[in-house]
Amino acid sequence: MCSLCGILGANEHWADAAAREGVYTRNADPIGRRRERAHRVRLVNHVLAFYGMQLSDWQGASFLLSTFTGKSEIVEDLGHLWPVAEKLCGRCCDPLAHELLERMDAGHG
Amino acid sequence: MPAMVEDVPAFTPVTLLTGFLGSGKTTLLRRLLADPALGDTAVIINELGEVGIDHLLVERLDDHMVLLKSGCVCCTVRGELATAMRDLHSRRERGAVPPFRRLVIESTGLADPFPVLSTLKADPVLRHHFRGAGVVTTVDAVNGILQLERHIESVRQVAIADAIVLTKTDIAETAVTARLVAQLGTMNPSAPLLSAAEACLDAAVLLQSGSGGGFRAIEEPTVGTAAHGGVRAFAIIVDEPLDWTAFGIWLTMLLNRHGERILRVKGILALAGEERPVAVHGVQHLVHAPTHLSHWPSDDHRSRLVFIVEGIEPELIRRSFSVFNRLGAEMVNSYLDKNQCGVSAPPVGERTLPMKAEFQRPRGRAKTIHQGGRS
Repeated sequence: MCSLCGILGANEHWADAAAREGVYTRNADPIGRRRERAHRVRLVNHVLAFYGMQLSDWQGASFLLSTFTGKSEIVEDLGHLWPVAEKLCGRCCDPLAHELLERMDAGHG
Repeated sequence: MPAMVEDVPAFTPVTLLTGFLGSGKTTLLRRLLADPALGDTAVIINELGEVGIDHLLVERLDDHMVLLKSGCVCCTVRGELATAMRDLHSRRERGAVPPFRRLVIESTGLADPFPVLSTLKADPVLRHHFRGAGVVTTVDAVNGILQLERHIESVRQVAIADAIVLTKTDIAETAVTARLVAQLGTMNPSAPLLSAAEACLDAAVLLQSGSGGGFRAIEEPTVGTAAHGGVRAFAIIVDEPLDWTAFGIWLTMLLNRHGERILRVKGILALAGEERPVAVHGVQHLVHAPTHLSHWPSDDHRSRLVFIVEGIEPELIRRSFSVFNRLGAEMVNSYLDKNQCGVSAPPVGERTLPMKAEFQRPRGRAKTIHQGGRS
């Protein structure tokens, strides 16, 4: 998503960079790419649970973000995830928020 | 004559030359372009006002020089900048201009550098042919302190810089210059500070300052934190290798909510499972593709992240980083404990649900966070 105008698909996300010389990415081979996506889903769900949401892989191409009440939306990458998450749950997803960090630290994410 | 393809780099490096009004951008550019080594440099000059003057002062008006004068490059002429760059690229490909090997964009003194860098990365054509080589910011030694106090644009230009060039030091009082130098050092500790008065200002090195050279300062064990108009610079240094996935989740979440106030993030990371370091560069919401460096620049193989933030307490970012990083380490350890088979990563395609019971309490502090200086 373009970081200035919000247009989807206008930008390559840095965490999913295309494999090319000099660039660090886990997209270089299909196995590594799928492994990274699975690990990402597992990790990010511990954060999203605090907001009543969860993420799952969708066809190995996108991700499906769902609330525990049934709302869902497709997201492309991590850059797209957080604005959509805030829209779906109606809250600010702030990694500096004391309550989130307390919950993560206490293991109740 | 057609352009010689072998003379043209796959990605043409683009240097943004910025600095407040009257800080000596054009003078510096004129001096750099006089260097024979930079004869193959294309230039885009952006000026406010109806009548452009700066391009005349550069004294090298040719096919490699484009003047954007219908407004400021960071707002009204962003489209024009992209068009000018595409046109330059097209003319080079067609052989209409001699092949240039680098591009310098001189912005207006009031420009916020972020939109220019974003244009470079977001444009579907430009991003396949150009890459950011760095931001060079000029600071006027005589008026710099006042400008930094009164104009947020000036603060942002310094914060974003990969290299800072101090101008007019020959007419500034020594004490004033010393105070400014100290101030710049606290605002952007990772950017080399050069003096325009130096005879040996290496143009080629300066224009490539963002291409890896900027890590010299990060190698220092501590980076001081000092507030200036709400702008603070601080470092996070971590002993143990980082989990790349957890880092990506944390940084994207942080920039989504606080990107406008994270003026700069720059780091060299030791990642779990990787021998070579990975460099990350970010400016507000914009993060460049991570670079896989060929080797560590020193014997210090710890992860180091430098932040320049506006109105955010460094301690909050440190704590957040620590919690997310610990989560990444625990997930990997937890998986290895469950499987007991030495598999280094989760099985492909495994789908997990975020059940609370799955989350385990941290087993002690997995990571050591060094606080780079006082708060």
